[in-house]
Amino acid sequence: MARTQVQSRINGVDTDFLCEPRQSVLEVLRDELGLTGSKEGCNNGNCGACSVLLNGRVVNSCCVLGVELEGAELTTIEGIGNPDKLHPLQQAFLEEAALQCGICTPGFIVSAKALLDAEPHPDEHRVRFWLAGNLCRCTGYDKIVRAVLKAADQMPEKV
Amino acid sequence: MEAFDYLAPHSLLEAYAALGNGRRSLMLAGGTDVIVQLREDRRHCDQLIDLKHIPEMMSMKLTPEGRLEIGAAKPLAEIYEDGEIARRFPALIDSATIIGGTAIQSRASFGGNLCNASPAADSAPALMALAARLVIGSSRGTREMPVEEFFLGPGRNALQPDELLLQVIVPAQPAHSGAFYHRFIPRNEMDIAVASAGARITLDAAGERIESVRVALGAVAATPLMVAGANTAVVGKPPTAETFALAGQAAAELATPITDMRGSIAQRKHLASVLTVRALEGALLRLRENH
Ligand SMILES: Cc1cc2nc3c(=O)[nH]c(=O)nc-3n(C[C@H](O)[C@H](O)[C@H](O)COP(=O)(O)OP(=O)(O)OC[C@H]3O[C@@H](n4cnc5c(N)ncnc54)[C@H](O)[C@@H]3O)c2cc1C
Ligand code: FES
Ligand code: FES
Repeated sequence: MARTQVQSRINGVDTDFLCEPRQSVLEVLRDELGLTGSKEGCNNGNCGACSVLLNGRVVNSCCVLGVELEGAELTTIEGIGNPDKLHPLQQAFLEEAALQCGICTPGFIVSAKALLDAEPHPDEHRVRFWLAGNLCRCTGYDKIVRAVLKAADQMPEKV
Repeated sequence: MEAFDYLAPHSLLEAYAALGNGRRSLMLAGGTDVIVQLREDRRHCDQLIDLKHIPEMMSMKLTPEGRLEIGAAKPLAEIYEDGEIARRFPALIDSATIIGGTAIQSRASFGGNLCNASPAADSAPALMALAARLVIGSSRGTREMPVEEFFLGPGRNALQPDELLLQVIVPAQPAHSGAFYHRFIPRNEMDIAVASAGARITLDAAGERIESVRVALGAVAATPLMVAGANTAVVGKPPTAETFALAGQAAAELATPITDMRGSIAQRKHLASVLTVRALEGALLRLRENH
């Protein structure tokens, strides 16, 4: 099958890649670009483990095709914080023990970042509804919600 | 997933040409239905035609007369984030904000929700209550139809193979009217309706008698269902609990639900009635708040 060349910007770096039209963004990230931070849980839009920011909006990368990235700007978990300077969300997840197995964590952080970028100080209700598309089998969610609220406390008005 | 070609036309003319090239086509709007269906081998195509680079498909316009024209592929989040539209068409926002979660709403469109033609499609009863119309186009020209005529059965819509859904048109709403949409699901969010109801109520200028209601149901028949009998049952009567109960009864009588993993026939018939009554109450509350 012919592969298409796609030009995009991923985590601030101009990125050209080749992919088949049937490959999802998640497959492109993990299998073609070695960016394995985004996880596959359900592969059908229900779990949010594959969440990425596409032109600033949170999407399920398993429900977007790689070819749709032409000209687009993508942020994955690899583009949020770094080992020397964690994003406030990452710091809060550690401090609040908001993860156990960790497979859902990149998706939660990406999705929560989209929320805090748009609304730096959401209330608990808002956080829970915003994160309704992210599933966690381990934590029972309370610690995740607490971590997001803690990070929100530390957010300047706009990051 | 089987292999297919990807086309991204930049104009309707290009899209119509692609549709006429003799190959099996599927459209790609937000992809939240079609990508999953292709992956699960529930649908097949030789070419997937991305509609998001066609300006008409992504446009949104509120005319000075208060008529809303939404491009079929416009993502839901971009619709409900518009404060003026949320204020004028709250029933539309009721449906747009419960289709999937945040990440789905970044991509999913009304056009995709309608064309996918699920009996449980959340936008359908809301748009039917609002008397929305659909603009359909092909290389032969355009035609319009009321949204309730668009559904032929589960997964089947009124489009011919060479046609595209171009726009959803929500007309300016009548004076002294209010509208509301809701569904029953066992969780608070991220689920498919067990049953759902949308309603619009219009009162006379004094606010004492019902001039008309438009009640529509989801997930209780093979297609979203317009309950014409609800209007007959309540027209001319005062907007009271007893009157709304008559509309609820008409809804339950018309419903022909099935039993599946989400609910039983008896439960869905009951829900058709209860959800109709509460949708009318919600619509009336909005009407009163606006006057
Ligand atoms: C996790 C999850 C949760 C969901 N929750 C809900 C829910 O709560 N309620 C609900 O109603 N739905 C739900 N859905 C289904 C889906 O998200 C919606 O139906 C959505 O509105 C589809 O829009 P889309 O733009 O993504 O459509 P697409 O997947 O792009 O297209 C859907 C179908 O319509 C056709 N099509 C699209 N646009 C056109 C056009 N303009 N002309 C002709 N044909 C066209 C496509 O070929 C395809 O067959 C959910 C889906 C997922 C994955
Ligand atoms: S893997 Fe994409 S939503 Fe679950
Ligand atoms: S920490 Fe294991 S799924 Fe969330």
